[in-house]
Formats: sequence, structure tokens, C-alpha cells
Amino acid sequence: MSVEAVERRAPRAGAAGRARMLRSMLPAVSLAIVLLAIAWLNPRAISYFGFNLMLNLAIPIALATIAQMFIIAVNELDLSIGTFVGFVGCVTATWLRDAPLVGILILIGSIGIYALLGALIHLRNLPSIVVTLGMSFVWQGLAVLLLPKPGGKAPEWLSAIAGYKPPFIPLPIIAAILIALVVHVGLMRTSYGAILRGTGGNATAIGRAGWSLLRIKVTMFALAGLFGVLSGMTLIGITTSADANIGNGYTLLAIAGVILGGGEFVGGRVSPVGAVIGALTLALAASPLLTFMKIPPDWQVAANGIILIIVLAARVLISRRER
Amino acid sequence: MAEAPEAVVNLVGVEKHFGAVRALAGVDFAIGKGECIGLVGHNGAGKSTLMHILAGTLQPTAGRIVIGGRQEEAYSVARAKMLGVRCVFQELSLCPNLNVAENTRVNHQSLRGIGWRKRAAALIGAKLDEIFPDHGIDADDIVSDLSLGKRQMVEVARAFTVTDEPLEVVILDEPTSSLDAETAGQLLAFVRRFVESGGSVILISHLLGEILDNADRIVVMRDGKVAAGNAASAFDRTKLVAAMGGAETHHKAQHRDSEARKEGPVRVRARPRQQTDGTELVAHEGQVIGLAGLAGHGQTDLLLSVFGAAGSRGKQGVEVNGPIALVAGDRQTDGIFQQWSISLNIGIRSLKRLRQGVLISSRREAELAEEWRKRIGIRTPDMNNNILSLSGGNQQKALFARALGSDAEIILMDDPMRGVDIGTKLEVYDLIRQEAAAGRTFLWYTTETDELDHCDRVYVFRGGRIVAKLNRGELTEEKVIHSSFSETAQ
Repeated sequence: MSVEAVERRAPRAGAAGRARMLRSMLPAVSLAIVLLAIAWLNPRAISYFGFNLMLNLAIPIALATIAQMFIIAVNELDLSIGTFVGFVGCVTATWLRDAPLVGILILIGSIGIYALLGALIHLRNLPSIVVTLGMSFVWQGLAVLLLPKPGGKAPEWLSAIAGYKPPFIPLPIIAAILIALVVHVGLMRTSYGAILRGTGGNATAIGRAGWSLLRIKVTMFALAGLFGVLSGMTLIGITTSADANIGNGYTLLAIAGVILGGGEFVGGRVSPVGAVIGALTLALAASPLLTFMKIPPDWQVAANGIILIIVLAARVLISRRER
Repeated sequence: MAEAPEAVVNLVGVEKHFGAVRALAGVDFAIGKGECIGLVGHNGAGKSTLMHILAGTLQPTAGRIVIGGRQEEAYSVARAKMLGVRCVFQELSLCPNLNVAENTRVNHQSLRGIGWRKRAAALIGAKLDEIFPDHGIDADDIVSDLSLGKRQMVEVARAFTVTDEPLEVVILDEPTSSLDAETAGQLLAFVRRFVESGGSVILISHLLGEILDNADRIVVMRDGKVAAGNAASAFDRTKLVAAMGGAETHHKAQHRDSEARKEGPVRVRARPRQQTDGTELVAHEGQVIGLAGLAGHGQTDLLLSVFGAAGSRGKQGVEVNGPIALVAGDRQTDGIFQQWSISLNIGIRSLKRLRQGVLISSRREAELAEEWRKRIGIRTPDMNNNILSLSGGNQQKALFARALGSDAEIILMDDPMRGVDIGTKLEVYDLIRQEAAAGRTFLWYTTETDELDHCDRVYVFRGGRIVAKLNRGELTEEKVIHSSFSETAQ
């Protein structure tokens, strides 16, 4: 019985490993498909200039996706990241330009608020969806107070960074690789990163091993706040002026990016590289691809949603094979 | 009690209460250096609670914890770790999303900095090689990809890895439950080596042979107390079973007259999913069928698969003829609707009958509730009161009324008498007998061996399988315990 049982189990573990491999390839495959479709529809888009244009807005989305990923990694959800990015954008286009010191203090303080939210959610055992939904209105309100109508201006140094054109490889691609690499090392390779991810997998086990779950939640929420700030600042660097509603779409884009990138809502299964790729795919599929397909702008949001459903359905099919 | 001269751990007069329930009623427990203690007892005897207290995950209500000769005041998980007390809990405590090396890191603060991954992999790899040669586990394997047995191997090996904290006492709670015979043997041999080199182990197992062969001393727990404790050589299988509570062999009262009754048509035929031989559970009309064995050995799963098969015909290995109702065991989470009145709670299973047009007739609902208040004796001034106004036993009666008041021919009971007072129990037993005589079929999972006396036939479960089928005439508590703890079943 024993030998037979072991032999029978071994191939199953291998199959699960293969299916997981396949699933982790899915984000890259979907990005490749979108790129191929663009190349086929409009070969000229595959160029330094074309990528710069198409992926310009992908970097703020990628940063917001990473922020969301930190939250999802500990089985929570952040519904306020979009309006938070908008709020940061408004601060960047006003205070950070007019009174940099005050602007920096506001941005650091907002990261602190994120950390406090993490503590509140953990200590009071509140559902993060409710807390962050409430916070989304707070950030939105503050953004409207700062900039009642679209305007403001990005600080020069920020526009200069966003407008920098490195040789050979377009800036967005370099930035994407850099973000993916830094977060991958931090979350997937460091020893404390393992503890952070383990909390999503089995929080009781982490607690029993003597780790502070409070500190873990606070860390993850603070990281989300940090990447939210980076996202808002990059966004303003690219668009050069702000609007209180500028980030509203980011909440759902960020969630979709994490899931598209191979993450799961519960269980601590996330992938920083996948999340960045997912964000790039979404950004490309959002408008360049659909414009080349001559889909009128009115239909683009819906078409984007359908692409998302197709990719996620493919993932579910692969996951089902895993069982 | 033969006490070891040099006690590493000494628990004195430990009590633990959960509300009104006394899980531990004054336990004295000592572990000597280089000693392997076997800890046995039936469900709810208090073994796990005692071990949780020793591991620091539960605080005792009263009593003293003395470790290494020092009395511990603020004992906690961190303190236990620092003193070298480790525990492998029965429920797996690995993070499924991490790999084997990362899971090792979780237990060792000192595995950090450059190269931690390599060191963690080497640490766990060496320990796995030492305990389970040819384990076939890679430190890079994600835990969720491993089979249950390999996960257990990782967990056990992890408990024995040492970095900067000492390793004095390891508690192994059912460490072989997912291991096959060969790896279980490897583990137990390692335990002996560990003990001989001066470590201490508490071994909890329902495989009495494992305990008898490997422990130096055996402690038997029963009803939250230590019932017996002596050198392992002083025990044998029969004595252990007797100490655990199988002693008062029940001489069954008269066989019911229904025994003579001819078997009616088959109502339920089901085979547990893990069953490898052809054994299946068969329930005829008018029978009360008992599901016995240790808690969590597949009884509830079987009930749920029967319940699930009722809607869709021809599910694998399950055949159900007739409408079905389930009486939940955990009434707070699976049973009652806490915001609803008693009559609404009773009527929910019978909405079709209570309907008038598209609406629910409140008159019929009240009639049904009133009928069952009288029949089952729910003690309340008004059936429109909230269900939570009832005592636990009466809430359970309402759940029985829900099932029995419905059109169900087959009633599944998932250990429904947990925490119910004896008066209520006797009333419900009577009712079950009446209803069975009227042709209803009962599948009754119970952890209380006394309740099996009410059954026409009992199936004993172990490891998700039926390991024994006992007809009414041959049913004794001793036989049930024997089969629940049997090892041939593997």
C-alpha cells in the first residue's frame, strides 16, 4: 500500500506544478498576444516612439497595481487606491509645486494614514472593503477641496523625469522592469517577504510562530500607500496637470491587474512580475489595441472588460485542471 | 504515578474552562528529560487542550506551569519557543503558498540576511534526510503542491530543526495520521533516537500500538482528568482501552421489537469516497443507523455527500430514495437563523406546504410551529419569540422540529446532541424511536457512545473509511473503541 500510494501521488504533484507553471506563464502570454495583435494591425506602433506613446500611462497603473497587490497578499482589498491616486495627483500639482516641503509632509502623512488603516483593520477585525470604501470618499473629498476644477501644474523636475528619453529602450519599459524587479526581490526573495506572504496563506501559523500580525498588516498597508503616492506622482508627471477625478478608474484597473497577473484574492498567492505585466496588458488593451481595431471610443471600456473576462476565464480553466 | 526524576516540564493542577464547559478539571502532568510520553484518550478527553496550554496558545484558567524548575508567570507562545517547547498541531500549520524552505524560515527568526534561502533549504533538507530517507521533497516545492503525507513530513521535520533556540520538548499530535506505514515507522524510529539523545517527546496518537511500542510512560486522559498514568510496560491494549472508558461494557437493554421487523425498501446506500473495498452504508426504511468512530474521520463528509446526492441522482457511490433533511450539529453556524423567530426557524424546511399562492401563510406556519411545540416540548411562552430566547437544548429541539415537521423521509443528524442537557436528550431519543417506527430513516452521527444504543446498526469510521459494521446484537462500547483505534484498517 505504502509504495503504491507514494507512486500514485507523485505524478499528481508534478501535474499540479505544471499547471501552476502554465498559469504563471499566462500573464506573459496574454501580453504577447495583445502585442502581436497590435503589430499585425499597425506595424508602425512597434517602435521606440510607438511604445513610448502606448505605454506612457501604463506606469502609474503598474504602480497602483503593485499597491493593490500588497493589500491582496494579506487577504484584504483596497477600494480607495483610485481616489487616493487622484488625491496624490492633486497634492503633486498644487502643494508639491508651490511649497515642496508642505507637499512632501502631506504625502508622507498620507502614507502614515494608510499604515493606521492597516492597524485599525487588524485590531478591530474590520472588513477592509468597508473601511477602504469609506476612505475612498474621504480621499475624493480632499482632492475636490484642493482642486475644485481641473488645473494645477506638475513640478518641473517631475515633468522632466517623465519626459526623459533614454537611448534604445523607451522609458516606460525600463520603468516597468525596474518596478517589477525591486518588488520581486523585496517581497519574493527577502526573508521578511516570506513572512508577509505567509500571512496571506495561513495567518494562524505565522502568529503561532511568534510573528506580530499587527506589524505585518501595518507594513503591507504602508507599502500600498507608498506605491499609491508613486503612482499619483508619475501620473501627474506624464499628464502635467491634475483633476480630482483623475485616478477614479484605477481602483478596478489595479484589482484586475493583480488578478490578470496571476494573483488570487485569498491565500497570499501574488506575483509582482505578473502584476506589472498584467497592468501593461490592461493599458495596451485599454486603448491602443482597440483604437487600432477601429472600435469607437464609446465601446472601448466595454471591449476592455470583455478582454478581461476572456483572460480570467482562461485562468480559471487552467486552475480547474490543477485540482 | 511513576514520575521521572528530572522533570523538564511540570504542569500542576491545570484547569481550563470554556464558559460552562470544563475541558480540564485539575490535571497534573510531568515530562522527564529523555522521556517519550504517550498521551491517549477518547474525543474531548482534554488531550488537545492540555497540549495547547503547554504550547502557550491557550492560557489555563487555574494551575501552575513549571518548566526547567522555574515557575512561568506570563506563559506565551514566544516564551514556549524560547524555552524549547515545540508543537506539531493536528491541523496543519504550514503556509500552503510558501515553499518548504520559506516555511522553515517562518519558525526561525535567525534565518535572515543574504543567503537565508540556502541556509533554510539546507536546514530542512538535512532534517528531512535524517528522519525520512528517500523523502522526495525538494526545499523549493510549494507546500500546496505536496501530498498531505509529505506536508506532514515537512511539518514534523521542521519541528526538530534547530538554529538559535533550544529544543527540549516536542509535542506530536497525531503525527502519523497522514503518513503511510513506512514513513510512520521512520518517524517513530527517529523519535526513539531523539529521546535516547536526551530530548523529550509527547506522542498523541489513536493508534494504540504506536503508543505501546514507543512510549516510555503512558498517560490516559478521560473527561478532562488524568485517568491513569504508568510505565508503558504496565499497559497492554486491553488495559488501555479499559482505562479510556471502555470498561463499563454496556449490557444492552432488551432489543427493540422493531428488530424483528422485516427490512423495508432501501432508503440510502452510500460508499465513502476513500473506501477502497466494497463496503457501503445501507439504510432501510424505518431504521436508525449510527455513524461512530473518532470525531472528524469522515462521518460528516458522508452525511453531506448523502445530502448533496438527494437533488442530483446517480452521484458516485451514493443512492438516495426519498426527501431528506439534515439536523446540524453546530447549531450556531449551520443550524439556526439567529434573527428569526422560533416558528420561522421551524417552518423554513416546509415552505412549499405552508404556501398560499405565492405568499407564505402565517396561519399555517403558526399551526405547524404550535403542533411541534406540543409534540417536542419546546419551552417558550410564545413561538414568535426570537430563537435565541431559547436555551441551547430547546434551540436544538426547534431544529429537530424543522426536520421532523417537514416531508423528509430520511433524517441526517450530524452529532446533534452536543452540549444538550440529559432531559432534552431523553425526550428526543423517544421521538426518534417513534418516528422510526412510523417509517422514517435516520442516519445518526454521534460522538457519544451511549447514543449508539438507540441504533439498529452502527458503522464505525476511521480515516474516511468504514472499518466496522456492528449490528445491534453485537454492539458494545469496547468494540466501537477497538475499531476506531484499529490499525489493521490502514
